[in-house]
Amino acid sequence: MQPIYDWFREFYDRTGINLSFIYDGFDRARIIKGFWLTIELSVIIIILSIVIGVVGAWLQRSDFVWLRRAIAGFISLFRNTPPLVQIFFFYFGLGYLLPRIPDSSGQLVPIISNVQWAIISLSLFAGAFNIEIFRSGIEAVPTSMTEAAEGLGYSRLQVYRYVLLPLAVRICLPALGNNLVNLVKTTNLAYAIAVPELLYVSQQIWSDETNVREMMAFVLFAYLVLVFLLVALLNWIEGAIRVPGVGHVEGQ
Amino acid sequence: MMDVIYRAPPPRAVEPIRGGALFAGSRRSCPTWVAATAILLTISIFAFAPTTFAQSGSVPKASAIEVLWRWAPLLLWGFCFNLLISAAAMTIGTGAGVLLGLAHMSRVLIIRIFARCITEIFRNSPWLVLLFACILLLPFEIHIFGLRIPFPDWAKAIFGFSLPIMANMAEMVRGAVLSVPTSQWESAESLGYSRYQSYIHVILPQCIKRMLPPWMNLYSLVTMSTVNASVVGVSEILTLVAQAQSAEGSRPELLAPFYGFVLICFFAYCYPIGKWTQYLERKYQVML
Repeated sequence: MQPIYDWFREFYDRTGINLSFIYDGFDRARIIKGFWLTIELSVIIIILSIVIGVVGAWLQRSDFVWLRRAIAGFISLFRNTPPLVQIFFFYFGLGYLLPRIPDSSGQLVPIISNVQWAIISLSLFAGAFNIEIFRSGIEAVPTSMTEAAEGLGYSRLQVYRYVLLPLAVRICLPALGNNLVNLVKTTNLAYAIAVPELLYVSQQIWSDETNVREMMAFVLFAYLVLVFLLVALLNWIEGAIRVPGVGHVEGQ
Repeated sequence: MMDVIYRAPPPRAVEPIRGGALFAGSRRSCPTWVAATAILLTISIFAFAPTTFAQSGSVPKASAIEVLWRWAPLLLWGFCFNLLISAAAMTIGTGAGVLLGLAHMSRVLIIRIFARCITEIFRNSPWLVLLFACILLLPFEIHIFGLRIPFPDWAKAIFGFSLPIMANMAEMVRGAVLSVPTSQWESAESLGYSRYQSYIHVILPQCIKRMLPPWMNLYSLVTMSTVNASVVGVSEILTLVAQAQSAEGSRPELLAPFYGFVLICFFAYCYPIGKWTQYLERKYQVML
């Protein structure tokens, strides 16, 4: 690897394009850490938000009016307020109200760290959108499916688990994919509460090395790669779980 | 063969027994905003609670409600600035987006490929990164014909927001134009319209109606993203909140009420827009 690093260092001397995150060991370690944290955040938040979506869509079909209204309120609240303010509200506002516990060195630290708050608030934000998406998918499943399943003696949970949800997921996969792509793009809002993800470490590097242009181009490129990977994965899943007659059908 | 399994609806002779209860979730008579307001109120009460404990100290401190009351005019002024940024960005972005969207359907291959690339890049990159790029890479003033035009941060922010709007708008225009039936093109052609005339008089007027709901959705998203500008130092509502909080002696218990207030501002503005969008979606769905 050393020749590559040397080449980029020489490249900087020759052209003035400073890609310090490749040749400089310290910057390289930082950027790799940041990149992994972005991936980690994205994966965890995607999983949590899907769980919130599935459970929320189930609760929205409950017989209790107030439960349904509470879910509807949660959705409209999180959909109509800026995610950045939500993160601030959780991290600064609610974080202050929670008690502090001593860590290994005896210092008092908040129970929930900034990374965890970012995960919580962004999951809730994306989850609110996912509930709506799953609900629309469930509503698109023909009523006859439910009736057939009930005729076979399935309980309500079983109907949801074995009939409605598998079909709904296939129907709403394109909308879900859109939302998940948006979610990956939103994870960098965690920058604002000093979560050391990709944008944050890039900002550290460009303030040390004053190579804003190069870092900016790299960050944009890195996010484009992440988004295209996710889109490819979603397309693969869509093809893999395809059931004839459900969801998007070509040639119609 | 398999195709038939899920698609053919069986003739239904008897009414479903539990159908009503099962799909009760789909018809909500209670307005959602009641529930949302209830949640917001609960959060605010939860947030205001600690300030009452803080008051029991030796020095009497202003309660959260008093503080909010004192700062509300300034914060609302900041919110107006947010709305101004969103409106300006939306205007620029929509104009550029329509042109880019039409470039998608150009008859010149190079222009089509170019438009495709621009759209994909700006649609798939995070808004915050684009904002950073514009704030840091654009010059702080421009020299044209010996004139020195200053280019302040908020103008750069507007430019930064209009880039993703442009890309999203281009996709909308493309989708809307493609959704117009081919027969419309053919009849325009048979009436002797040129390509340009068909766009202006036949195709685009039909597109406007289709694009309105997604356009309003985009506007609501943009309005909510304007707070990102605080991260790069434009003095809008979030920046003013931080200043107000430090002016009040940086009491940490005030943060929750302050941010709660910002949440309420945006909710009060974006929720009606969302409802109206849903209404328009339903209305135009029937007409299409």
